[in-house]
Amino acid sequence: MDQESKELGRFAGEIADVARGMGLDFYPVHFEIAPPEALYTFGSYGMPVRFTHWSFGKAFYRLKMHYDLNLSRIYELVINSNPAYAFLLEGNKLIQNKLVIAHVYAHVDFFKNNHYFGRTPKDMVERMAAHAKQIRDYEIQYGRDKVEQTLDAVLAIQEHVDFRAHIARKSEQKERVRSTRRLPTLMEQYEDLWKIDEEEAETKAEVHEDEDLLRFIILNSPTLADWQRDVLSLVREESLYFYPQIETKIINEGWATFWHARIMREISLSDSETLDFALMHSQVLQPSSYSLNPYFLGYKIWESLEKRESLESLFELREAENDLSFVRNYLNRELVEDLNLFNFRKVGAHWQVAETDWERVRDNLVQGLEHGGHPRIVAVDGDYEGKGALKMRHCHEGLDLDLVYLEKTLALVQYLWGKPIYLETVYDSKKVLFECNNGLVTRHPLNDNGERRQ
Amino acid sequence: MNDETIVNRDDWSLHRKGYLDQSRHKEKVQEAIKQQMGDLIVDESIILSDGKKTLKIPMRSLEEFRFRYDFNKKKHTGLGNGKVAPGDILGREAAKGKGGGSGAGEEPGMDIYEAEITYDDLAEILFEDLRLPNLDDKKRPLISHDRPEFNDVRKNGLMANVDKKRTLLESIKRQAREKYQAVPEEEQASAKERIRITPEDLRFKTWETRPNYETNAVILAMMDTSGSMGQFEKYIARTFYFWMVRFLRTKYKNVEMRFLAHHTEAKEVTEEEFFTRGESGGTRCSSAYQLALDMIEADYPPEHYNLYPVHFTDGDNIGSDNARALNLMQRLVEASRVVGYGEILRTHYSSTLMSTLKRITDPKLRLVTIRDRNEVYAALKTVFS
Repeated sequence: MDQESKELGRFAGEIADVARGMGLDFYPVHFEIAPPEALYTFGSYGMPVRFTHWSFGKAFYRLKMHYDLNLSRIYELVINSNPAYAFLLEGNKLIQNKLVIAHVYAHVDFFKNNHYFGRTPKDMVERMAAHAKQIRDYEIQYGRDKVEQTLDAVLAIQEHVDFRAHIARKSEQKERVRSTRRLPTLMEQYEDLWKIDEEEAETKAEVHEDEDLLRFIILNSPTLADWQRDVLSLVREESLYFYPQIETKIINEGWATFWHARIMREISLSDSETLDFALMHSQVLQPSSYSLNPYFLGYKIWESLEKRESLESLFELREAENDLSFVRNYLNRELVEDLNLFNFRKVGAHWQVAETDWERVRDNLVQGLEHGGHPRIVAVDGDYEGKGALKMRHCHEGLDLDLVYLEKTLALVQYLWGKPIYLETVYDSKKVLFECNNGLVTRHPLNDNGERRQ
Repeated sequence: MNDETIVNRDDWSLHRKGYLDQSRHKEKVQEAIKQQMGDLIVDESIILSDGKKTLKIPMRSLEEFRFRYDFNKKKHTGLGNGKVAPGDILGREAAKGKGGGSGAGEEPGMDIYEAEITYDDLAEILFEDLRLPNLDDKKRPLISHDRPEFNDVRKNGLMANVDKKRTLLESIKRQAREKYQAVPEEEQASAKERIRITPEDLRFKTWETRPNYETNAVILAMMDTSGSMGQFEKYIARTFYFWMVRFLRTKYKNVEMRFLAHHTEAKEVTEEEFFTRGESGGTRCSSAYQLALDMIEADYPPEHYNLYPVHFTDGDNIGSDNARALNLMQRLVEASRVVGYGEILRTHYSSTLMSTLKRITDPKLRLVTIRDRNEVYAALKTVFS
C-alpha cells in the first residue's frame, strides 16, 4: 500500500471514530482512490459496473467535459451497499479528502437508517455486475442493435415503477428474490415468469390501475421476447434501487453537509487547512439562482432544525422523512424569506418572478418532488377496446406534459407493446387521448366523460 | 484506527467503459445528423457564408425521451441574491442551464449541452451519397499526361526506391533457409546477432507509366432570374447550387462549370454574378436551353464530354414557349448524361412546363419539385445519384 493510501486510511479511521462518537451509525466503508476518468465513469453509470448504453456515454462526456473545463468537479461519490463503497479523487488535497470522508460517513449513516432505503438490496454492486454480464450475453446472442433498441425503450419509462408496491401487495416480495447474484439459467427465468403470469391472471378480472407501468408491460406485452422481458426486469430492479436516492436528494445531501461541517470542527486542522475547508464548504453550498442547489437547501433546513430541536429528534427525522415530507414539514416562512426563495415562470419570452409567498413557494417545491419529479403514468387496460391495445392514463396534477417528448416516448413504449397504445391526459385544461400506432402519434379530443368526441 | 476502514488504490488505466459508450453516443449523433440533413443543409449561416471557413453548427446531443412536464409551462422555484418581487424579469429564455452541482441526480428538461458539427463534417456526410451519374470514361482525353504508378517489385532498381520491408523479409527468409543447410555452429551464432542483408536480398519498387485519362465533365447550371422568382425561390435555387458546386469541387478534380442566367433571354454569367443576380421580367426557359445547346455545339461535343445541364426555375414559363422548350429539352437530354430540371413551387399544382416536360420519358431527365426548404437534400440526391 502506498503512502497516500496509508495516510488516508489513518485519517478515515479517525474521522469514523469522531462521527461514531457524535451518534452517526454507518456500514463499514471501503474507500477507493481513483483518477478522474474512473470517477466520472462511476458518476455517470451510478455504479462501478453497469450495462452498456449510449446514454451513460453521453453523461460521462458531459461530466468529463465539465471537469476538463474546470466548471465543476465531483467531490464525493458513494454507493449504497454494505459495505459501502466511496471514491476519492486522485490528486485531491488531503483536506479535501478529509471533508469528503466525513461527508461520506454521513451519507452511509443515512443509507443505513433512512426508512426509504430499507428495501434496497445491499449487494447491488454484485447484482448490477451480473445484470451487465447478462445483457452483454444477450448482445452476443441477439445483436447489439436489438438490445440497444430494447434498452432505449425501457429506459424511457424506467421511472414508472411502483416504489410503494410492498405496502399493498405481497407479490412484490416474491419477485424481488428473482434476480440472484449468480446468473440464472434461461429455464429458471422462464419458471419465474410463468409463476408471475399465473398470479397476475388470477387478479386480472378486477380492473385496477397499475402504477407499475414497467411491470405491467413485462407481464402483459403481447410482443416482447423472453430475453426482452428479462432486460426490462433487470432495468426495473435497478430503477427500484436508485429511486430512494432520487427521492432523498435534498434531505440526504443536506444531512451529509450538515455533518461534515460538524465533524470537521471536531478534528484538528492547521490554519491553511481551515481556510481550504471553509472555501470548499462554501463551494458545496454555492447557490445558483435558477435551479436550487439541493446541498444548500437541505443544509439550511437541517441547520434551522438544529436550532430548535434536540439531536435525537434530528436522528429520528433522518429515519422517517424523504425530500417531499422534509420540505413540506420543515421549510417554513422564516427560511423561505431568509433564502429569498421565489417561484418564477415563463411569460412570453421572459422568465418572470411569479410569487414570493412562502406557502406557494413551498407548495411548488413539493409539487416538483412528487413521484420523484416525474409525471404519474398508470396502466389502465391491457386489452383496450378488445384489440389488445395498451391504455395508459396520466394522473394530471395541474402540470401539462411536454408534447414533443410525449410523442417520442409513446413511440418507444409502443415498441415494447407491439400493438397500438393510448395515453389519456389533460392539455390546456382539456382531456385528450393520444394514440400511437406503428410509431405514429395521433391526438383525439375527449369529452368530459372521457369518451372520444365524434 | 478502525479495522473496518480500508483505503485502496487500484490501477484504473484500463477502465475504458465511459469512452466506449461515449463513442457509441457520437455514432448515434452522426446518424441523427444524417436524418436531419434536409434541415441542416439549408441553414442560412452556411449558405450565406462563402463555405470556405469552418463553421460550427450547434447540434443537440441525442435526447433521452421520457414522459416529462412541459418546462415552459411549469412554475420553477429559484433563489435570489436579494429580495425579489412578483413581476421582476429574470431574463430571456436563459433559465435552462443547469448549475454546477454534483451527484447523479438528473433533472428533466435541463439537458441542453450541445455537440458541434463542423461544415466539413456536414459536407462529408452529405457528399457520401452523391455522385455524377452515368459518367463515361471513354471520352477522348482533353488533358492526358503520363502518370507513374508504383505497382511492381523487382530485383534491380534505383537505391532510392529500395523496398525496405520486402528486403528485410527476403533477408530473414534467406537466413532461415541457410540454417537448414549445414552451416557451422559459430557462423549460426553470429547470424543470430544481426540480420545481414546481402545484395541478392535487395528488392526495389518499380513503376510503370500509364496514360492518365481525365474524365471530362461539364456542368451547365441554368437559373431563372426573372421577376417571379421570389426570395424563397432564389434561396432554394441558391442552396441547391451552393452544395452542388461544393460537391463537384470536392469529389471531382476536373469538372468544368458554366453558369447561365435567364429571364426571357439567356446569357452566360460569372459564378459570382450567378449567385447574386436578381432581375425582372418574364420567363422564357427555351432561351436558356438554346444557349446551352449552342455552348455544347461550340465547345463540348457530346462524344467527348460528359454533359450535365441543370436548370432551376419557378416553372412560371410563358405558355407559348412550352412547345419550343420541350423540343430543345429533348435535344439536351439526347446530348447529355443526365439533365436535372428543378421547379420551386409553393402551391400543390405543378406548372404546365413541368407537365410538358413529363412527356420526355428518357430516365436521363430527372424532374424534381421543391416545395419546402428541407426538400433540397432529396433534390440533390435525385439529380446526383
